[in-house]
Amino acid sequence: MHDQPSVPELVQAVKNFIDETASPNLKGHAAFHARVASNVLATVLRDLDQRPEAETSEKARLLALLSGPPEQSVEALNRELSAQIQSGAMTSETPGLLEHLKTTTMAQVEIDQPRYSGLEAAKS
Amino acid sequence: MGSNNDFENALNALFTRVFGEKAKLEAFQRLSGGASQETWALSGSEQQVILRRSPGGTDAVVSSAAIGLAAEAKLIESAGAAGVPVPGVLHVLDDADGLGDGFLMSRVYGETIARPILRNDEFEAARSVLAAQCGAALADIHAISTDSVPSVLPLSDGLAQIEKYEEIYRSFDAPRPVFELTLQWLKANSSKPLPTVLVHGDFRLGNLMIDETGLVAVLDWELAHLGDPREDIAWICVNSWRFGQSQNRVGGFGDLADLLSVYNEKTGLSLTTKDIDWWEMLGSLKWGIMCMIMYEAYRSGADASVERAAIGRRVSETEMDLINLLEAAHA
Repeated sequence: MHDQPSVPELVQAVKNFIDETASPNLKGHAAFHARVASNVLATVLRDLDQRPEAETSEKARLLALLSGPPEQSVEALNRELSAQIQSGAMTSETPGLLEHLKTTTMAQVEIDQPRYSGLEAAKS
Repeated sequence: MGSNNDFENALNALFTRVFGEKAKLEAFQRLSGGASQETWALSGSEQQVILRRSPGGTDAVVSSAAIGLAAEAKLIESAGAAGVPVPGVLHVLDDADGLGDGFLMSRVYGETIARPILRNDEFEAARSVLAAQCGAALADIHAISTDSVPSVLPLSDGLAQIEKYEEIYRSFDAPRPVFELTLQWLKANSSKPLPTVLVHGDFRLGNLMIDETGLVAVLDWELAHLGDPREDIAWICVNSWRFGQSQNRVGGFGDLADLLSVYNEKTGLSLTTKDIDWWEMLGSLKWGIMCMIMYEAYRSGADASVERAAIGRRVSETEMDLINLLEAAHA
């Protein structure tokens, strides 16, 4: 298989089309949706770029917190973490929990909405 | 439903019915905003009015939490009588109008969109008085006798809301550890409910009409219910409703102390900024779960729009705010 153009290149090309060609020709609700679509593609590009590394480190932290077998998926580990919190076995006082959730959430918002004010507050 | 022509004829008949034989509808235009309800601007030779009605003129209440347009009209009248700035209700639609559920109100002028209100120079003076005006309006809303409000209004205090939103969140079977932690933390740290009042339910920029002098009208009463007064005060403090101006806790424009000072004076309560913290956390959690609900409309195929898909990626902003609030609570 080849990847010329690569997935990010293809997504960028569609985003350029929306921004430079489609949007200027749209009005009202359609123009609004074009802006949303362009923002979505920007999120897709950040997700492609940042998720692999962010999820690898999230998984390492989850395994350290839950000390389970390493072959579980991140989704399964988050399910287990949620169950532990729901049952009261883990609370906001549990060492490392709040730090882990903060790091994970910051990585997620860096992808979803990097200019969100709450992210700035978390960094300060 | 009927054709465009039927709609226009019904509007003409409505205009004559409400304003008399000589009144003539000259123009009508759909205004943007309000996915759950249609808002139309109607102009006559002497009248400028707003029609709010259910989409396509149906009679069904769209959102399960919404109280319905007839009840909304009644509430706006009660609020006006209590001194809350609201548009005047001119007519509540009935079967004879053939336009579905809705009501006609006077048109108020100003800006509802947060960005210009928070950033443009023309609103600078408004921003400096808005927190106090919001405190006064909320005090007046909360003083309305709960016996006089429409009986469809549900009773929903803090713990009831946690229960309701937890149930919705669990139904999606998409575990989010930050929401789990928030749910447990809120349950473990709740305070005694204050005496029940009429709660507006969506008091924030977007639903407030603002001009250069400040608050002109409190709009969008469809989520009104009976509950705890701190809910309304905290909702406008939720970081998502500060629209990027986080340093100003009230709506991105004001100090909570300024709002509370007027509010306490009018109500006789002695709320402090700390009393609002728990409710602000609940507000962020609710907004996060509301984003999940809106994304669910996309995931289930009910609404294929890119907007509904995209809002699923706004859930993380509320997780970020909740982490910041949990950290502050443990500091």
